[in-house]
Amino acid sequence: MTLAPIIESLPLYASGLGLTLQLLAIALLAGGLAALPLALLRVHPSRWVHGPVWCFTYALRGTPLLVQLFLVYYGLAQFELVRASFAWPWLQSAWFCACLAFALNTCAYTTEIVAGALRATPHGEVEAARALGLSPAQVWRRIVLPSALRRALPAYGNEVVLMLHGTALASVVTLLDLTGAAREVNSRHYLPFEAFLTAGAIYLAVTLAIVGLQQLLEKRWLAHLRARA
Amino acid sequence: MLHGYGPALLEGTLLTLAVALGSLMIAAVLGLAGALARLSRSRLLRALSLAYTTAIRGVPDLVLMLLVFYGGQLAVNEVAARLGHTDYIDVDPFVAGVLTIGFVFGAYLAETFRGALLAVPAGQHEAGLACGMSGAQVLRRILLPQMLRHALPALGNNWLVLVKSTAIVSVIGLNDMMLRAGQAAGATREPFVFYAAAGAIYLAITALSELGLRALARRLAVGTRTATP
Repeated sequence: MTLAPIIESLPLYASGLGLTLQLLAIALLAGGLAALPLALLRVHPSRWVHGPVWCFTYALRGTPLLVQLFLVYYGLAQFELVRASFAWPWLQSAWFCACLAFALNTCAYTTEIVAGALRATPHGEVEAARALGLSPAQVWRRIVLPSALRRALPAYGNEVVLMLHGTALASVVTLLDLTGAAREVNSRHYLPFEAFLTAGAIYLAVTLAIVGLQQLLEKRWLAHLRARA
Repeated sequence: MLHGYGPALLEGTLLTLAVALGSLMIAAVLGLAGALARLSRSRLLRALSLAYTTAIRGVPDLVLMLLVFYGGQLAVNEVAARLGHTDYIDVDPFVAGVLTIGFVFGAYLAETFRGALLAVPAGQHEAGLACGMSGAQVLRRILLPQMLRHALPALGNNWLVLVKSTAIVSVIGLNDMMLRAGQAAGATREPFVFYAAAGAIYLAITALSELGLRALARRLAVGTRTATP
């Protein structure tokens, strides 16, 4: 093991980690916000309402993230209409395209996770709320949504970790995220083991931190579902 | 519409499927070994299996693939040089890709198989032993066939995720469907068309797999009792 070049490159890894976390945060925030209304439409009884949402999530969950990233970054440039539009300066930037592709991807998965939790709401909770005289809007806002979002937490924690790993693809479209930093170090010093193991160790640490945070949140918000001794 | 690149894309699809099936085989072997190690009485084997599943699931597959590809290149050539070999040896991206994806999904399958093995009632194991079977016979004739039934839903999900993660093999230069789509996109200046075509092929593989998995589930469920609602 030759560690001197790795220690020298630590600032590069640090800025790479910063970009990775930034991409993750933006994707989760934008994708999560869009997923909430989509999940409500996804559980709507009418086929004309939940059908299109299903098409969106099926297409995004059935294709690789790399395809989606390439479609946004390389694919959209094919159309004259896109190149003439106001969004073109944004769509030329690899950073923006990565954010957009990751947000769309996590939005599809989050929609299904939240919709699943909504469907699994115990009917007694809804009946009790109605019996207390809550209006339909109040039932959604005060009972169904808080209850479902809590129960979605374990599955959502997995999604966050998968998205963290998905952001590694940003390095394929030239961004210097954590993986990009490791590729840069490898091509500068030709130290593949040291370069990629360092990045892997950092990813592992972030993953474990996310899992720890998830368990903490579950302890707090899912306390009512735990088996009582 | 595809400017004559259709056959090339289909050839790439075959390569993508070959990578997926090859990785699945490696993953199944590693997953079974990991699950049995995790459930064994030896503390060392349990710790090894836990370290394997935790470390692999905490690191992006792209990072591991770059590690295996570039690191493998270095290691193979160093070993060859020590053995007196002077020519430079190239690591085949197909081998590196299959090994990495197999190794990664072995960790996921280990968790799947562990849960499924635990779901087989203990009485089945005991009955096998009481009939005079050896431990290996009980495993092969009693536990594995029943375990597969419980494992199938999660196994199916793992397969769908595995197929999609084969797309990243194009990053290390394997001439798979993604790389061919990229070549065609460059030659025709119609990137959207070709990446959309690649996405559609992945979607078709996903949809066909789902049909196949449903048929397999029916077959494996032979002999189980279900209450018809």
